[in-house]
Amino acid sequence: MLSRVANTMYWMNRYIERAENYARFMDVNFNLALESPSETIEQWKPLVVITGDWPLYESLYQKVNKKQVIYFLGFDPKNPNSIYNCITNARENARAIRPELTKEVWEQINSIYFFVCKGLEKKRWKSDDPRSFFKKIREDCQLLYGIFDATISRNDGWHFGKIGQLLERADKTSRVIDVKYHILLTNTEAVGTPLDLMQWAALLKSVSAYDMYRKKYGKLTALNISEFLILDKTFPRSMLCCLIHAEQSLHAITGNSGGFSTSAEKQLGKLKSELEFAEIADIFNSGLHEYIDGFQQRLNVISTHFYNSFFTTQIEQIQQ
Amino acid sequence: MSKIDFSKYETKGFYDEMFAATQEVRPNYELFKKRLEKLSRNKLEFLQHATDRAQLSLGMTFNVYSDNKGVERILHLDIIPRIVSGPDWDLLAKGLEQRIVALNMFIDDIYNDQKALKDKIIPRDLVLSSAGYLKECIGLKPPENVWSHISGTDLIRDGEGNFHVLEDNLRCPSGVSYMLENREILKRTFPELFEKLHVRPVHDYSHYLRDMLESLTQEYPATIAVLTPGTYNSAYFEHAYLAQQMGAELVEGRDLVVKNSFVYMITTKGLQKVDVIYRRVDDDFLDPLVFNKDSLLGTPGLFEAYLKGNVVLVNAPGAGVADDKAVYAYIPRLIKYYMGEDVLLPNIKTYICAEEQDLGYVIENIGKLVVKQTDGSGGYGMLIGPHASKKEIEEFTIKVKNNPRNYIAQPMVNLSRVPTMTEDTIEGRHVDLRPYVLYGKNIKIIPGALTRVALTKGSLVVNSSQGGGSKDTWVLDNK
Repeated sequence: MLSRVANTMYWMNRYIERAENYARFMDVNFNLALESPSETIEQWKPLVVITGDWPLYESLYQKVNKKQVIYFLGFDPKNPNSIYNCITNARENARAIRPELTKEVWEQINSIYFFVCKGLEKKRWKSDDPRSFFKKIREDCQLLYGIFDATISRNDGWHFGKIGQLLERADKTSRVIDVKYHILLTNTEAVGTPLDLMQWAALLKSVSAYDMYRKKYGKLTALNISEFLILDKTFPRSMLCCLIHAEQSLHAITGNSGGFSTSAEKQLGKLKSELEFAEIADIFNSGLHEYIDGFQQRLNVISTHFYNSFFTTQIEQIQQ
Repeated sequence: MSKIDFSKYETKGFYDEMFAATQEVRPNYELFKKRLEKLSRNKLEFLQHATDRAQLSLGMTFNVYSDNKGVERILHLDIIPRIVSGPDWDLLAKGLEQRIVALNMFIDDIYNDQKALKDKIIPRDLVLSSAGYLKECIGLKPPENVWSHISGTDLIRDGEGNFHVLEDNLRCPSGVSYMLENREILKRTFPELFEKLHVRPVHDYSHYLRDMLESLTQEYPATIAVLTPGTYNSAYFEHAYLAQQMGAELVEGRDLVVKNSFVYMITTKGLQKVDVIYRRVDDDFLDPLVFNKDSLLGTPGLFEAYLKGNVVLVNAPGAGVADDKAVYAYIPRLIKYYMGEDVLLPNIKTYICAEEQDLGYVIENIGKLVVKQTDGSGGYGMLIGPHASKKEIEEFTIKVKNNPRNYIAQPMVNLSRVPTMTEDTIEGRHVDLRPYVLYGKNIKIIPGALTRVALTKGSLVVNSSQGGGSKDTWVLDNK
């Protein structure tokens, strides 16, 4: 398939996954607000910090409050990662590779796009309960995944799309875990208290992991929840599970059954193996926040290798 | 709830496609009228809105060049179709076939023997000074000697109901995707009419298009690509649509590379040879080594690969020489010259400002005429004398005097009208007709067309960039 098309397919899926996860980030706070004692103040800054766009936020706005953060993450045309921009980019990508998609996929992306545009026009961030907007974004994105899986052949394009989606998802799950670190920064005494566990539960719910976690572990503990979100091999949003499936798609493209023939495979395979053989106690001992930070940097490196292995249009780099 | 009522509809002296006279419906519209009269105005508006929504959802949108990025528009589709009777169509098709054969013989002649110039059928200077003439194509022999494989002739019907050719559009005519999608949408709007009316199908256009493209190469299986300037082009929807319908690759100039005079696509698994390119990029932008040096849309070396016969470009570069509006005036004579036949589809009377006598007439009578730039398109760079202000006429007169080669003039033709939805009623609006002709080993004319409609009351300009909309065109299967 055309390198440009593969690249566009990869990014289209990344953008959709990012938009969906930003909608989930909002849920973290909505869930916390529901489960926290009434005297606790809602913290909106950590949400911006974990997205990595805090410097941009600071340069644009003086105050941190609910409406401003919801606007920034959901609608702000000035924030390149806002849901509005992610959906707009995803749709532009879809337009550029329209012949690779089915009518159903295209129409669903288009419909999400019109919904977000309308949200911006109607200033949805100002409404008292903007949850319904973000819930609809999540549901529409999940509907799109379903249509994508049910109508697109398992060709290279599908696999490039999957890889984009899974790398993005691994990154975003790691960021949700990191919310906990940033909240704790302001209140170190909370560790081990009922409030602490409630916060962990809110995180689980925001990545739809609560039910599957309960089934596996029963009791809520910080260690188990972290283990579930980082190292579980079967939960589809855990960091390791995302890498396992991304690697499978990558092998489907290269035709390798193991090992590697491209630097992208090598880097992805290494990171996956490291997680496979990691223990949660070690991760906690060396520092959860630092571990997650390192993980995100490694994903960025993998992304660069992807570009060089498959998407470059520089003739010198293309294998004959 | 009041039903749709045509009793107050007036033809106002124009040729109306639906009514022979006020209250006298033409036979091809009888069933349609009966069906419409059963609907309420509300229901009709609902159906109209549903087509708007369908177009948005399908992504049938375009950006107008002057607009800021991000402003998307749909080409308004009016749900009242233009219905053409079978016999009318069959005559048209014959005329189109005659014309496309002669035009291709002419283009081939100009770049090879130049017999028509030697025999003084058409002035040498006029042809060689045409903006579409490319000296780089001299001596070129494209496959099957066909230069314009895909054309979209603009036809109009005058006050007496006679068809005339307005433009030939031999380069990159657009709109065929609208012909196809309009039909899909209207099938959902009036399903019961399609069951009863025997409308000739158009859906196999992409199938014929692919067949035609494949027939131009020896390679099997052939790699076929549609070359687009990109997503910001106003016709991008069509490029993507045709690529997808044909199962062809949709490529941009940057996806292609030329090595050893062969053209390749850059893929995730290395380079892959391309055999036929249906290019929707203008001649000027195809190859920065030969044409416009600043072009980022093209691919360096593409033209050389083409000259060596290693890739087929459709349409052939240089075909635009016959699209010049001054050359157009000579086409009936060229048909006679090459084919020994009288023209079946007449031209509009055309005054060539490059010729002294004609220029004098044009300057004298400019207020009655439509003046057009010989290399213009899209409804830009033209003056409609009877509708223009004094100032516009004065300005245009100066332009014509300064550069007569650049202008032609035609009498104003009152285009035929079709009933069209307006805000609160149904009124006649002027239309043209653009059928599409495919020409490879043989000629295929799909029984359908894009009918463009000037939505503004009284307007004769049907171009989408100037407030035009479209209608589905039904060719009936009657004899």
